[in-house]
Amino acid sequence: MTKKLWTGSDSKILPIFCIITFIVIIWYGFSIILNAPWEYDKAKRNSITLSKTELVSQTWSQKRPKLPTPHQVAKEMWDTTVNKKLTSKRSLIYHGLITFYETIYGFAFGTGLGILLALGIVYNRATAMSVMPWIVTSQTIPILAIAPMIVVALGSAGFSGLMPIVIISMYLSFFPVVVGMVKGLKSPEQLDIDQMKTWSASKSQVLFKLRAPKSTPYLFTSLKLGMAASVVGAIVGELPSGGGGGLGFRMLSGSTFGNTLHIWSGLFSAAILAGSLIAIISIIQRIVLKRMALET
Amino acid sequence: MVQSEVINVSNLDLTFVTSDGPVHALKNVDLKVNKGDFVSFIGPSGCGKTTLLRVLADLDEPTDGEVTVNGVSPREAREARAYGYVFQAAGLYPWRNVAANVKLPLEIMGYSKEEQLKRVKKVLDLVELTGFEKKYPWQLSGGMQQRASIARALAFDADILFMDEPFGALDEIVRDHLNEQLLELWKSTNKTICFVTHSIPEAVYLSTKIVVMSPRPGRIVDIIDSNLPSDRPLEIRDSKEFIEISQRVREGLRAGHSDD
Repeated sequence: MTKKLWTGSDSKILPIFCIITFIVIIWYGFSIILNAPWEYDKAKRNSITLSKTELVSQTWSQKRPKLPTPHQVAKEMWDTTVNKKLTSKRSLIYHGLITFYETIYGFAFGTGLGILLALGIVYNRATAMSVMPWIVTSQTIPILAIAPMIVVALGSAGFSGLMPIVIISMYLSFFPVVVGMVKGLKSPEQLDIDQMKTWSASKSQVLFKLRAPKSTPYLFTSLKLGMAASVVGAIVGELPSGGGGGLGFRMLSGSTFGNTLHIWSGLFSAAILAGSLIAIISIIQRIVLKRMALET
Repeated sequence: MVQSEVINVSNLDLTFVTSDGPVHALKNVDLKVNKGDFVSFIGPSGCGKTTLLRVLADLDEPTDGEVTVNGVSPREAREARAYGYVFQAAGLYPWRNVAANVKLPLEIMGYSKEEQLKRVKKVLDLVELTGFEKKYPWQLSGGMQQRASIARALAFDADILFMDEPFGALDEIVRDHLNEQLLELWKSTNKTICFVTHSIPEAVYLSTKIVVMSPRPGRIVDIIDSNLPSDRPLEIRDSKEFIEISQRVREGLRAGHSDD
């Protein structure tokens, strides 16, 4: 089994590695192109001509580059995680934790809401007819437009801090759960339903013994999509909130003050956060589905 | 011994409304089934044999006519859990092992844990699946899956067993074996069995009563009471009586088709 796992990931590792190498090469290239004008200006002012190697080494080590190089971003991330106190506002971990909590609460509420709505839609025709169009409509509104309104509205109602951000995160994450769970709960075939009927099973027995277990694979797929949406929601929610902190706030302030290193390190932290959370769900998914013998 | 009537159908009519217009699935069906009968419904596809079984099981509702099962309406019979139903596909839950699949109707019907275990053991023994309790459906062959599905239908010990082409998807050798086992089971439990098939040898081999049906509209063209002895080794299929009954079934099927 271990062997299978290895050969399985082997086949993935090589292509992923190739793509990453390719991206890094292009990235370094663009660092030169985008940061070069500033170096040329500086050289012109000091009346020196730059050799090719000088140009490259200088564009790759600017204090405030247009496009920081990967190693600069890595160094910035190292400095702002390992070398800073957790309570410091300059610590990426401090900001990452804020975003993490917002994400987790948003995800939990979004999942709960999504499952409740899915049950309503599957079991009640009136709910299906009346709620579904609104659910779809809700996702066509750009979150960037609605986020400030939620923050302002809740703020004036006395709710500030995490709460508005959690709600924005929930607003994005409930949708994949609704869609996935409606499909999952409806996945039993007519034969399965007829069979339950021959045993005169009650509605709740059909739900817990048939629909719920049968929809488990759909649930995990939805949870992964929902988690990704939760992270996006938390970060977008931080932008209009101001002050509080979080990776979104860090990126926004980096953008305001022209500090690209802050933007890129924040961006990568957000990606790592989202990636890890989704990886955790994947691991749970594998264990649960294996236990349920739905995956071999 | 007075034969008691288990199923009584009179003047049954059923019309499905489809987008292509009404389909007359069953017309003027009359049928009586006595306790302990093994009744086969045979006919080409579209003759309404499965629909008739579904009406008896209260999975479809008749448009007109009278149906009683155990002296009450099919719905009341279903709610009293008067029958076990074996579908064309085994319909086992992939996340439950064999024992847990067989246990499922018992859980639903609220049997005690002890009773559940006892009954699961008993019916798995009946269908010769002892030792496979912990196996999952995907680890079983098609024939074993269908046997597990029969065990599940037997678990709550209903007097009637409805079977809708349970062996239709299996190869002939497995099918012969399961037919033999089914006969054994029927004799030892004295259940009333209604069995849908489109195989003439299967129908003749198994049944005490063969109902020949014909399509458009679905109706009964012949009801044959079999005079074969209750002991039926597989070789009986070469006997004169067996061949005679088979011929009568074939004629019935042909007669039903001639007016197309």
